Amino acid sequence: MSALLDLQSVSVSIGRVALLDGIGLTVKRGQILGLVGESGSGKSLTAMAAMGLLPLIGGRVAAGVVRFDGQDMAAMTEVQRRKLRGRRIGFVTQNPMTALDPVQRIGEQVDIVSRLHLGLSRADARARTLDLLTQLRIPEAGTVAEAWPHQLSGGMKQRIVIAMALAGDPDLIIADEPTTALDVTVQAQIIQILGNLVRDRGVSLLLITHDMSVVAQVCDRVAVLYAGRVAEEGPVGPIFAAPAHPYTAALIGCIPQEGMEKGSLAGIPGAVPSAMTFPAGCRFHPRCPRASEACRTSQPPILPRGEGRVACHHPEVAA
Amino acid sequence: MTAPLIQIEALSKRFQSGGGLFTKPRAMMAVREVTLTVGKGEVLGVVGESGCGKSTLARLVLRLIEPTSGRVTFDGTEITALSPSALRKMRRRMAMVFQDPYSSLDPRYTLADVLAEPFRVQNEQVPAGRIEAMLTAVGLPAELAGSHPHQLSGGQRQRVGIARALALQPDFVVLDEPTASLDVSIQAQIIALLADLRDRLGLTYLFISHDLGLVRYFCDRIMVMYLGSVVEVLPDARTAPRHPYAQALMQSNFAPDPARRRVIEPLKGEIPSPFALPPGCAFASRCPRASDLCRRQTPALDDDATHPVACFHPL
Repeated sequence: MSALLDLQSVSVSIGRVALLDGIGLTVKRGQILGLVGESGSGKSLTAMAAMGLLPLIGGRVAAGVVRFDGQDMAAMTEVQRRKLRGRRIGFVTQNPMTALDPVQRIGEQVDIVSRLHLGLSRADARARTLDLLTQLRIPEAGTVAEAWPHQLSGGMKQRIVIAMALAGDPDLIIADEPTTALDVTVQAQIIQILGNLVRDRGVSLLLITHDMSVVAQVCDRVAVLYAGRVAEEGPVGPIFAAPAHPYTAALIGCIPQEGMEKGSLAGIPGAVPSAMTFPAGCRFHPRCPRASEACRTSQPPILPRGEGRVACHHPEVAA
Repeated sequence: MTAPLIQIEALSKRFQSGGGLFTKPRAMMAVREVTLTVGKGEVLGVVGESGCGKSTLARLVLRLIEPTSGRVTFDGTEITALSPSALRKMRRRMAMVFQDPYSSLDPRYTLADVLAEPFRVQNEQVPAGRIEAMLTAVGLPAELAGSHPHQLSGGQRQRVGIARALALQPDFVVLDEPTASLDVSIQAQIIALLADLRDRLGLTYLFISHDLGLVRYFCDRIMVMYLGSVVEVLPDARTAPRHPYAQALMQSNFAPDPARRRVIEPLKGEIPSPFALPPGCAFASRCPRASDLCRRQTPALDDDATHPVACFHPL
């Protein structure tokens, strides 16, 4: 399997503030990569870098390379990058309430993607839209296509946004917290639908979330981001069975589980530092139970770990 | 159960919407004939999807809105019958923590102003050192007293919301999805804080959430609501649900373990419009066990004292 999206030691700055530091990520064809971390870890910024959208927010890739299907994004013109987005990279935003145009019918908003990117006629585009809506388990797709966004529930709107991301027949979908704004029952459906569609069509998915249970449910690999650096990366099986980085373990420990003793859910003390005040050494050390002098002064080495890697001075030893 | 602190009897709330010059108003029952008791020191969870009436129920219990019918009794006093001045006195014993810590704090107030407001409402002076003690009690440094909300993170803001709720040392706190807008790591911190405060101050909570996993972790008893009605009351966190809807809610929670992936049997169909409920069980259109009976008759909560369920075909 070849790498579809490849970030090599990517550092991102806005003005003089360095926000991402040496991010390395690979999404292979047909693979689902979970990108997880708390708010402020740099997840959405990584997605913006992957789509070449940093200039929109005044940011730039200060070091490293972003490659899509082997091509260096920085070497492309903006016109080429724009062709890539929508056609080969689909994007699903966090908030479906603001992602749809309130004064355009649902069907037209989905149609336009395949008319623009695949050059389909009106009739073909509509047939494709109805087919997509049906695959997303939207009942009475024909009626929904004629509806306005305000007539749909949040879960329904998010399916429309997913349909728009799929309409250009992309190779990669980037979904930024696609279920955070939704009820748990709807979240479960959307995650399942997204996972199935991606597998059926052989599309790759970069799934951004702060919820490790979502990663466990649907992803092949996971990259854990903390304060602009990758803390741990690898296949989900070994990482959930034995997380090497204390931050990974802490994130998993935040999920309430069946039969958990009351009082065992502690959370992670403190909060993610802002980019202005990143601590020296390992950026997680002020919140880490295993922090030592080395962690306070020197940046942790990146150690190979099975088919993945971990950046920690004191990783948990695999059982 | 310990002595009851709150008794709710046949509480209903009907909302009317629309109704202009040429259109007829439409009515919906946001809360329908809810009866329940919360014991002293108990944490009662209320769980359901958006629009099931759980926040309306919370507001009714505190009489922030007036019920259409039914009664709420707080520690022996019927608060639905109190005069406004008597209600204000009673209010110091109950408080609420809101869902969104971004919109529930006035951006122009300092934290000291925010925390002094409950005293001002009751025409009282803030006892010396109280603001600092309140901040410390919720795990915030006392130096933050002069800060404004925009200088705080979401988790810190919610801690301020909790401190404000506890300002007048209430007995009863309604927690309306207090962690829904926070990261999971911060959610766990806030839940740990709420559990600790309950133990230290002997509080009684009504905890509202759409996350049955979280409710099962935190609550003693759990009430499941669907479109305004109670469909099941789980006596503890371990008992398996019997109502198909409660079971569907439970199956929506993923375990953080790739070895235990679920294939979810997604709920069919959409939630019916609360303005035009079909006859029979409100859940029948989405229920895998629904029969003709369910589409004709509305099941009532059965009279099982510990684990009542409103279903013709329970699991």
